[in-house]
Amino acid sequence: MGLDIRLPIGVLFTLFGIVLTVFGALSNRALYERSLGININLMWGIVLLLFGLVMLMLGRKRALPKDAEETASLPPQAREKQKVASN
Amino acid sequence: MQLTSIDWIIMTVYFVFVLGIGVVLKRHTRTSTDFFLAGRSIPAWVCGLAFLSANLGAQEVIGMAASGAKYGIATSHFYWIGAIPAMVFVGIFMMPFYYGSRARSVPEYLRLRFDEKTRALNAISFATMTIFSSGISMYAMAKLIQTLHILDDPFRRLGLDPSWIFHVGVVASAAVVLAYILLGGLTSAIYNEVLQFFLIIAGLFPLVLLGLKNVGGWHGLTRTLSPGYVHSWAGMGSAHTNRLGVEWFGLAMGLGFVLSFGYWCTDFLVVQRAMAADSMNSARRTPLIAAVPKMLFPFIVILPGLIAIALPAPPQSNVLASTQAMVPAASAGMGLIPPKLEPGTNRPLLDKNGNPQLDYDLAIPQMLLHYFPTGMLGLGLTALLASFMSGMAGNVTAFNTVWTYDIYQSYLRRGASDQHYLWMGRMSTVFGIGLSILAAYMASRFNNIMDMLQLVFAFVNAPLFATFLLGMFWKRTTGHGAFLGLLSGTFAAAMHHAFTLPEGAIPGVKGGWLGNVHTYPSEMAQNFWTAIFAWTACFIVTIVISLATRPRDQEELKGLVYSLTPRPAQENMKWYLKPGWLAVFVLVATVVLNFIFW
Repeated sequence: MGLDIRLPIGVLFTLFGIVLTVFGALSNRALYERSLGININLMWGIVLLLFGLVMLMLGRKRALPKDAEETASLPPQAREKQKVASN
Repeated sequence: MQLTSIDWIIMTVYFVFVLGIGVVLKRHTRTSTDFFLAGRSIPAWVCGLAFLSANLGAQEVIGMAASGAKYGIATSHFYWIGAIPAMVFVGIFMMPFYYGSRARSVPEYLRLRFDEKTRALNAISFATMTIFSSGISMYAMAKLIQTLHILDDPFRRLGLDPSWIFHVGVVASAAVVLAYILLGGLTSAIYNEVLQFFLIIAGLFPLVLLGLKNVGGWHGLTRTLSPGYVHSWAGMGSAHTNRLGVEWFGLAMGLGFVLSFGYWCTDFLVVQRAMAADSMNSARRTPLIAAVPKMLFPFIVILPGLIAIALPAPPQSNVLASTQAMVPAASAGMGLIPPKLEPGTNRPLLDKNGNPQLDYDLAIPQMLLHYFPTGMLGLGLTALLASFMSGMAGNVTAFNTVWTYDIYQSYLRRGASDQHYLWMGRMSTVFGIGLSILAAYMASRFNNIMDMLQLVFAFVNAPLFATFLLGMFWKRTTGHGAFLGLLSGTFAAAMHHAFTLPEGAIPGVKGGWLGNVHTYPSEMAQNFWTAIFAWTACFIVTIVISLATRPRDQEELKGLVYSLTPRPAQENMKWYLKPGWLAVFVLVATVVLNFIFW
């Protein structure tokens, strides 16, 4: 497929991570009374940021030979299936 | 509800992304196979997550949390009994025929295996059903936006009439889904489903962590709640000793066998995700990969419901506090769950024993508002909105495929160019969404009609698995047998429903409209038994008619029936890529989970 899904996931979660981490770091402690005193924005922001970065790394690695080998034999077979007539 | 700019930023980023993915994918959508089957080029893990997410619409998330609050951890039966075995079965035994027969849809498989009339019956009922499901999704989303007052503040600032919030919710969600499907077809839908899968976890997992910390972990829950809430099997011996009101046989046969296999093994909405896989092995692993997160999902969607009832009630309901009429009724609720209110008077609605009826559907929204500060709240809401939209998109992509291949190409216009069918796919997306909008308004106006329609669909679906089972594993099954079997299964379901009632219900849409022969302890028990009757009737009639009619030539059935199809080769694969091992792992883990929460 033209677009490796891990790239958009990576970018989206990195962005979410950055937004939440920065906001969490700057925000007032009183905000976190409801979340049991835990700065959940900061903590979960860091988790999402890490997840996003890992996804980005995996997505960029795709061109490496191991994956290529795994999928190389498949497209011709898949292409052929288009030609099946409806009846 | 108070949203700040940080919440809006998160929501906006998400919407930009959804549309952006569509725009990028447009370049790769050139043939009808690209549009309807994602070019059969999606890797197994992506298909697996999409397979799971297509079913994990927001109604599922909200509904499962609601059931968690109502029935307790026994709700996990819908996952451990009601999904995993069927997912393993479809991956190991059925996918070789779906993927191997090169059918482009489930109705098309029925055409290959049986005949034209069986396909037409399935295609038409399925297409209608998807429209209504996506309409109901749309309605539920607009309703939630309204209930949570998400758009009230922006509307005030822009000086718009707040009575338009519902319409804006419907139209905006329709427009977003329309845009990304038009651009990227099934690939777009699948990618958004995967995105939504991660979003749901990102939005709900911290909620569960905070909630569990607050109530003192699982042990805290078992101390606070009565034992009925925290055991999934204890008490299943009789329908009267567990919260579901079902006995183990009805549960195992009705939910675990008929309903679950009927859904996961024959519903094109989920099977389409596996058909998009890049190889036979990937297609077979799709449901198995999906089963791994599926068996863990009760912890994310059911636990919030349990936590919500275990918490001490707040002085007033978060959701309702922001309405104009302040409600002094929180004490009538349970934990965070507020009572249902009578429209107009805002007094709690009472059941026949004089206890307030609880609005369980608010479990997840109440939890979000209770624990999440601004920031995380935006993420949690985005996750909910995302899953509403991907639920809609899943239905729309299944609809446009079945419409174009199984109705338009088969009965209206044969032999046109591939570009024409691609165009038709895009057109059918537009009118599919148009019809969904109509269905959404129908749901908001005539609740009873929607209930009745869902009932009819349940009758039509219940016998399906008997047809597939016989079709795939008994080469003697004939088209006439399958067709008449399906009709009699549906008829049996309707008759069973017509003569039975759940306890305390009045005859009508709940059953008993032709008389009452048997009373079930709960609606759930009645549903399960309706399914069992439908399946059995279909199974027997299909066999009898098949034996009485002329079988098809065995040559024609190669690749369509188990005994006439060579097993898919997998010798040169690493053991952990083989579907069989994955299936064993999934089943063992499910059994272990059942014992832990016995």
